[in-house]
Amino acid sequence: MKNLKLIALLVIPVIFSTSCSNDDAPVNEEEVITTVTTTLVGGGQTITLTSRDLDGDGPNAPVITVSGNLTAGTTYTGSTTFLNELESPAEDITVEVEEEGADHQVFYQLPSSIGTVTYTDTDANGRPIGLNFTLVAGTSGSTGTLTVTLRHLPNKTASGVSGGDITNAGGNTDAAVSFSVAVN
Amino acid sequence: MRFLSILFFFLVGFFGYTQVTITGVISDENGLPLRDAHVHIANKTISTDANGTYVLSGIPKGKQKLYISFIGYYAIEETIEISTDLTINRQLKLDVTKLDDITIQQLSNSKSESSNEQVLKSATIEKFSNQTLGEALKEVSGVSILKTGSTIVKPVINGLHSNRVPIINNNVRLEDQQWGTEHAPNFDINAAGKITVIKGASALQYGGDAIGGIVVIESEVIKKDTLVGKTILNLASNGMGGSLSSSLQKGNRYGWSWNALGTFKYLGDRETPDYVLSNSGNREQNFSGGIRYAQEKYNFNAMYSFYNAQIGIIKASHIGNVNDLYNSINNQQPSLIEPFTYSIDAPKQEVQHHLAKVNYQRWLSENTSIDLQYAFQFNNRLEFDVRRNDENTNKAALDLQLATHTFLADYKTNVGNWRLKSGLNLGYQNNFANPKTGVRPLIPSYEKLDAGLYGIAVYKFDNATSLESGIRYDFSSIEATKYYLKSRWTERGYDAEFSHFIVGEEGNQWLTKPTFDYHNITANIGFRKQFHHEMEWLVNVSLASRNPNPSELFSDGLHHSTGQIELGDLRLEKEQAYKFNTTFKKDWKSFQVQLNPFINRISNFIYLQPIGFETTIRGAFPVWEFKQTEALLTGFDVNTKWSISNHFSHELGLAYVNGQNLSTDEYLIDMPPFVINNKIQYKNESWFNFVSELKSEVIFRQNQFPNYNFETNIVVDDALTPVLVDISSPPKGYHLLHFYSEMTFKINKKNSLTTSFSIQNIMNTTYRDYLNRQRFFVDEMGRNIQIQLKFNY
Repeated sequence: MKNLKLIALLVIPVIFSTSCSNDDAPVNEEEVITTVTTTLVGGGQTITLTSRDLDGDGPNAPVITVSGNLTAGTTYTGSTTFLNELESPAEDITVEVEEEGADHQVFYQLPSSIGTVTYTDTDANGRPIGLNFTLVAGTSGSTGTLTVTLRHLPNKTASGVSGGDITNAGGNTDAAVSFSVAVN
Repeated sequence: MRFLSILFFFLVGFFGYTQVTITGVISDENGLPLRDAHVHIANKTISTDANGTYVLSGIPKGKQKLYISFIGYYAIEETIEISTDLTINRQLKLDVTKLDDITIQQLSNSKSESSNEQVLKSATIEKFSNQTLGEALKEVSGVSILKTGSTIVKPVINGLHSNRVPIINNNVRLEDQQWGTEHAPNFDINAAGKITVIKGASALQYGGDAIGGIVVIESEVIKKDTLVGKTILNLASNGMGGSLSSSLQKGNRYGWSWNALGTFKYLGDRETPDYVLSNSGNREQNFSGGIRYAQEKYNFNAMYSFYNAQIGIIKASHIGNVNDLYNSINNQQPSLIEPFTYSIDAPKQEVQHHLAKVNYQRWLSENTSIDLQYAFQFNNRLEFDVRRNDENTNKAALDLQLATHTFLADYKTNVGNWRLKSGLNLGYQNNFANPKTGVRPLIPSYEKLDAGLYGIAVYKFDNATSLESGIRYDFSSIEATKYYLKSRWTERGYDAEFSHFIVGEEGNQWLTKPTFDYHNITANIGFRKQFHHEMEWLVNVSLASRNPNPSELFSDGLHHSTGQIELGDLRLEKEQAYKFNTTFKKDWKSFQVQLNPFINRISNFIYLQPIGFETTIRGAFPVWEFKQTEALLTGFDVNTKWSISNHFSHELGLAYVNGQNLSTDEYLIDMPPFVINNKIQYKNESWFNFVSELKSEVIFRQNQFPNYNFETNIVVDDALTPVLVDISSPPKGYHLLHFYSEMTFKINKKNSLTTSFSIQNIMNTTYRDYLNRQRFFVDEMGRNIQIQLKFNY
């Protein structure tokens, strides 16, 4: 029966270690992005494009707002921010994206009739991150979609990626939102 | 006169008296009678009764073959000259090399009298020393495998898997989060001495929920005073690694005996014919040990096993949203290929499983025994994901801690022609989903209580005919603690029905304690008939019930490995299956055939079905919901074995399953395609037991599948465009060739060395498999050359 004791000794600590840690604490979701905001400033205008999803992977779709239309031919200074508004105060994830710039890139996909985007920031390796950019608005009367995508661990050296082409970027999508925009 | 009498005897002998009766007693080395030993003379067979006696009449005179066998003993094979009625008594010797055949429950060796049991013995199991339980089980026709990459392998029996196929390890039901399709059984294949597959729920002593079938694993028990050791070294070219497994066993008929086993596995990235499967390496460090004290009237066993595995998940299969999935399916090329490495990064799994048990068996009389057992299992599953924040890379995204206690009591007795078995089980389970991961867990914390009672009766009309019937009652109660997003709770429509589960509120979440009780009755009835001419017929009808598992009830979020949102349903009811299963076996002199058709009608069959889309900040994700339907699975398994000559033999295995979703008039998803396996073996004992095998595996394309394709908008040429995501179409069929050869060198009487050389996928064929969760992302493994050295000492 000596062995029985031995086994009891083996078993008991495990039981305690599992039963003690049982608490009903909710999960503090750390890596949620609730809000993507792209701001375009130029020609005396400030246009804000916001996508906000306060229930994360829950059933509610993001609420998308676009504050105004672009003006043809205008050059806008653009920037994009990422927030987790479930935290109070809201956590600014943009800082983290910037710090780990080499592991992230923001892509902008839009028809040339809406405008063209050029990156104005760089990571430690001299490649774009995409948090800051300029947008030159296209031709008057056109409408379309601006898709903003945040990729984690993209292959920044792949063909076209540093120019903003997502096709060969790979990596994982951390955020992807589409805004309907129009040019006056 | 003398001449006349000779003539008389000659004539009688020639015309009417050419047949004789042979009787005898079969016993073991100690002279104790062996019940159910198999006696075969000419074309007649019979089993011995409780006193070890047999009577075989109608044996033709002349030279006849006598064959006597009993599992775990050396068979006797001799040719005898029969001229008159004879008494042939024989003593059988214990066979140390076949000891794995001896199960602890010698009273009734079969788990189910009327069901077709297929057994893998240690010689077969050892071939898979470097692989997994699932891959070894694939040797049984009708068993296919469900894979995630190349290292996570689950057995599928007649089209069903996971919770529908319980795995019993040394009389303990494995509790290792088996609901997950990407959760492989937490078991070291090297610890198995014998594996039995029962294709149905007829083994009621193990539970009533084996809707697909049951896998029973037993370890070796040596009942002879001896010390044996075994070391197996494997080296594999694909993955550039291998495994080392070593075991020592001290056997004893009475008194103390013990065993210990250790296994190490270390493999790096696997390769397809064209590229490296980045992050597909795996490691295992396993240990098990046991002690046993036996006396004539009782025995006591204690064992402990520890399974510790680190498994890489192919990086290219980690997707962000439906665009990534669409690109992967359409490109047919992984998004990420890195140079070969041994290191394992996120995404990966780290799983630990502890099992400790004590067992006491007492013989109350020669025919009656009682068995008591307590087992404790602790399973810790850590899944690491690619995290956005570098600081979290070393933090698991899923941390589940599952503790299971089970107590069993079994009573077995033989009374006249009756064999009776009955017992009860009590279980308590506690699952803890660690909230410190920073990610909502796939399944919540819960507590579960189980209690069950069963009774099985077998009536033997004679040695060739028996009837089996069993009934079982199970009670189960589960209480979960789960936070639901309020939006999800409302979207699921739980407000009206389940508001009494809400116990608290936390921001945008409800704290709930869903509680469910289940009462299940399961039963089976079966029949076995042994005809002359080595023909056998088995029929079994069973009713099985399975309660919804925690993922089916409670899932509510993104399942990263599949890139889909999976929604459980608190309204799900238990599944009930009626399975009809029959087996015909026929042996000719050099040809054996076995047919095993089945019908499985499942009521409230739980499955995942796409119901639409949800858009999140990360883009769109398809939503799959657990639903219930009426299902019908039909199919057949065929095996043949042909001894062509002394050296050549051929084996054939066929398996077909048809799964119908009766409510929607569609096929069921993920049903194994039609398979044909052919194996030609050449054997020459005089060349150091040389064995050489060529195996062909033909997997047809699965043409019976439901269309769950969906449309989504992705950005094409800078504009949102609707595209069809083809997640339904199965990959093409394929044909693989495998080679295996071995030789055994006797070093001395006790020591031997077996060397084997094998090649899997000789032609280096590029293929994808319908039952691989990663078929959307990567090809299967290419050619793999393996060398195995096995020392017996």
